[in-house]
Amino acid sequence: MEDALTVHRFHFAFTITFHYIFPQLTMGLALLIFILKSLALRTGNQVWNQAARFWAKIFGISFALGVVTGIPMEFQFGTNWSQFSRAAGGVIGQTLAMEGVFSFFLESSFLGLFLFGEKRLGPRAHWLSSLMMFLGSWLSGYLIVATDAWMQHPVGWAPGPNGSFELTSFWALLLNPWGLWQYAHTMLGAVQTGCFTMAAVGAYYLLSNLHADFGKLFVRVSVWVGVIAAVLQLFPTGDGQGKLIARYQPVTLAAMEGLFETQQGAPLVILGQPDVPNRRLDNPMMIPRALSFLTYNRWAAKVDGLDRFPPSEWPDNIALLYFSYHMMVGLGTIFIAILVLAAWKLFRGTLFNSKFMLWTLMLALPFPFIANTAGWITAEVGRQPWIIFGLMRTRAGVSPLVSAGNAWFTLLGFLGLYSILGILFLFLVYREIEHGPAPAGFPASRTTPGFSAD
Amino acid sequence: MGSVWFCLVAFMLAGYVVLDGFDIGAGILHLWIARSNAERRIVIRSIGPVWDGNEVWLIAAGGTLYFAFPALYAAGFSGFYLPLMMVLWLLILRGVSLEFRSHVGGPIWCAIWDATFSLSSLLLAVFYGAALGNVVRGVPLDAAGHFFEPLWTNFLPTGQTGILDWYTILVGVVALAALTLHGAAWLAFKTEGDLQARSLRGASRLWWLVAALTVVITAASFRLLPDLASSFRLRPWGFVFPVLAVAALLGVKLFLRMNRDGLVFAASCAYLVGMLTSVAFSLYPNVLPASTNPYWGLTVSSAKAADYGLRIGLIWWAIGMSLAVSYTVFTYRNFAGKISSQESAEHDSY
Repeated sequence: MEDALTVHRFHFAFTITFHYIFPQLTMGLALLIFILKSLALRTGNQVWNQAARFWAKIFGISFALGVVTGIPMEFQFGTNWSQFSRAAGGVIGQTLAMEGVFSFFLESSFLGLFLFGEKRLGPRAHWLSSLMMFLGSWLSGYLIVATDAWMQHPVGWAPGPNGSFELTSFWALLLNPWGLWQYAHTMLGAVQTGCFTMAAVGAYYLLSNLHADFGKLFVRVSVWVGVIAAVLQLFPTGDGQGKLIARYQPVTLAAMEGLFETQQGAPLVILGQPDVPNRRLDNPMMIPRALSFLTYNRWAAKVDGLDRFPPSEWPDNIALLYFSYHMMVGLGTIFIAILVLAAWKLFRGTLFNSKFMLWTLMLALPFPFIANTAGWITAEVGRQPWIIFGLMRTRAGVSPLVSAGNAWFTLLGFLGLYSILGILFLFLVYREIEHGPAPAGFPASRTTPGFSAD
Repeated sequence: MGSVWFCLVAFMLAGYVVLDGFDIGAGILHLWIARSNAERRIVIRSIGPVWDGNEVWLIAAGGTLYFAFPALYAAGFSGFYLPLMMVLWLLILRGVSLEFRSHVGGPIWCAIWDATFSLSSLLLAVFYGAALGNVVRGVPLDAAGHFFEPLWTNFLPTGQTGILDWYTILVGVVALAALTLHGAAWLAFKTEGDLQARSLRGASRLWWLVAALTVVITAASFRLLPDLASSFRLRPWGFVFPVLAVAALLGVKLFLRMNRDGLVFAASCAYLVGMLTSVAFSLYPNVLPASTNPYWGLTVSSAKAADYGLRIGLIWWAIGMSLAVSYTVFTYRNFAGKISSQESAEHDSY
C-alpha cells in the first residue's frame, strides 16, 4: 500500500463507510418519528409523543455523528481528489452546494427546534418540525444520490477547457434516471435500517419484560413500515436499478454476477466464489436461465459476460464487488422473509407471544446496516476503474501532490478517532435504551388513558 | 458572473465566522468563565440549539465554493491537506463533546468533554486564522495550479513556506483574540448574574488585546504584502470596509461602558464582518495568490465554473439562502432571551 492512489481510495472508502452508518439510521428514523408524531397529533394520545421523544434522543446522537463524519466527505473531494474536483466541480458541486443550502439548514434548524422546543412550540408546530426534519434529511439523501448518479451515469454535460466538464442542463442532472431509481432503492434501505432498529429495541423490551407497552408499539409500527419497504426494495426498485446497470454498465453487471462467459440463458448465481485469475466460479450454486429472465424478461436472452470486455475495463476488485452484491441481495431476501412472517403474525395477533420471532427481530439488528453498506460497495466498486463512468479514470482524479505518507497519516487519524466515536456511540445508545422511553416524571404508559397496545 | 459569486461566497464565509464564531468563542471561554457545572450548562445551553446550524454555514459555504470555483476548491483543499484534516478532527471533537456531554452526567465525564470542547474551540480559532493568513500571503502554486504545503518550514513567510510562519501564526492569534471577544460578547448577551458580569469583565480586558492586535496585523500585512494596498488605491470606496471594522471596534468599547450587552454583541459581529470584507476586498480579483510566479495565482476568472451553471446557481442560491436565513432568524427568535439557571436545569438534556 505505498501507492498513493490506493491509500486515497481506502481513505475515502473507510470514512464514507463509517459515515453511512449514521445517515441510513437517521433517514429511516426521521420517517418513523414523523409517523409517531403524526399519530400523536391525530389521536391526542401522549404515548406516541413519549415514543417519539425516546427515538428523538437516539436520533439526536446519530444525527450529531452523521454531521461530524459527513463534513469530512465534502472536504475530501478537494483534499484527496483535487483533479476530479477541478474537472467535475462545476457539475457535481451544484448538487453538493444545494445539499448544504437547501437541506442542511432545514434539518439543523428544525432539529434544534424539535429537540429543545417541544414546550415552546406546542403540539402542532412540534409536529411540523418533525416533518421538516424528515423532509430535510430525505432531500439531503436525494442530492447526494444525484451526485453519485452523475458519476455513475453522467448526463447534462459538455466538455469544457482543460479536460473539465461543464453543466449544460440543470434538470438533466437533477432528474437523472439513474438517480431516481438509485434514490428510491437507497431510501428504502434506510427505512429498513430504521425499522429493524426500532423493532430490535421493541423486541428487546418485550423479551426482557421492560416497558412492554412501548415494546409492542415499537414492534408494531416498525414491522408494518418495514414490510412495505422490504418488498419495494426488491421490486420495483432493485429490479429497476439492475436493469439500468445491465443497460449502461454491462461490464459491472457481469462482474457482480460472476459471469465470466457470455451466455444465452445465463444462470443466476446464488453462492460460489469467483476465481478471477482462472476466470471461473468455484462451488457454484445457481438457478439456470434466471439471470437472463431477470435482466431481459426472456429466459433465453443473451447476457454479456466479462469475456466481452477487455480486462482494462473490468472493475478492479471483482471479488469484493461480487461478494458485496450477493450479500446485499441475500440479506434483502432474508429481510423480506422475516418481515412478511412478522407482519403475518402481527396480523394474527400472535407475534408478541412468539419468542422465536422476537429473538429473530432483536438479533437482526446489525444486518440492515451490513446490507446497506454492501449495496453502496456494489455501486462504488462496480463503477471502477472509473471515477466518472466512461469519462474519467479513478487514477486521474487523485490529488497529485498529496503523498501516500500524508494520506496514511490522516487515514490513521480517522481510524483512531472513528474507533473512539463508534464505541461512544454504542455506549450512549445502549444507555438510552436501558433508560427506556418513560423516564421518571412522566406518567407511566399503562396509566395513560385510551392507550391499548394489544 | 465570477465577481458575483466571489461576493456570495464571501457573504457565506462571513456569515459562518460571525455565527459559528460566537459559539467557538464561548467554547474557548467555557473552562475559564463558567466555574460550576450549572454555569457550564448555561454556556452550553446558550449555544445548544444553534451551534449545529451555525456550522452548516461552513458546509454550505464549502459547497458553494466547490461549485462556483472548482479550481480554487481543488487547489486550496489539496494544498492545505494537513491543516484541513486537523480542522476536520477538531470539528468532530467539538461537535461530539457538546453532544456526548449532555447524555451522561457525572463530574469526570463532564470534565473530559468540557476540556475537549474548550481546547478544540481554541485550536479551531487559531487554525482558521492561520488558513486565512495563508490565503492572503499566497501559496507556492505550480503552473498546473497545484501546491502542497508542509505544516511548517523555517517559519518565514517567504521562499519555501509552510502552513505556519510568523505571519500566519500572528493571524491565528488575532483570530483567537477576536473570536474570544466575540464569545464573551455572546455570553454577556445571553446570560445574567455572575456569569454575565464575568463575561463583561472578560470582554473589556480582551478588547485592549484585540485593538492592539488589529493595529499590529494591519501594519504587518501591508508591510509584508504591499500589493494589498493597490485595491484600495484603485477603488477608494473600499475604505468603507476597514472603516466599518474600526468603528465597530470602537463601538464594542463604547457599548461595554454603557453596559448594553445586545449592542456589544452586534458591534462585535460588525467588527468581524468589517475585518473579513476588508481582506476579501484587498484580495479581489485574486482568490489564491501564488508566491512562486504571480501569473500562476488563481483569480476569480481563472477559477470559476462555466457561466451556465453559475447562472442557474444564482436562482437556486437566492431561493435556498432566503429560506436558510429565514430558518436562522426563526430559530434565534424562538430561543431569544437570557438563559436562566432554572431553565437550564429543567431540561433533560443540555
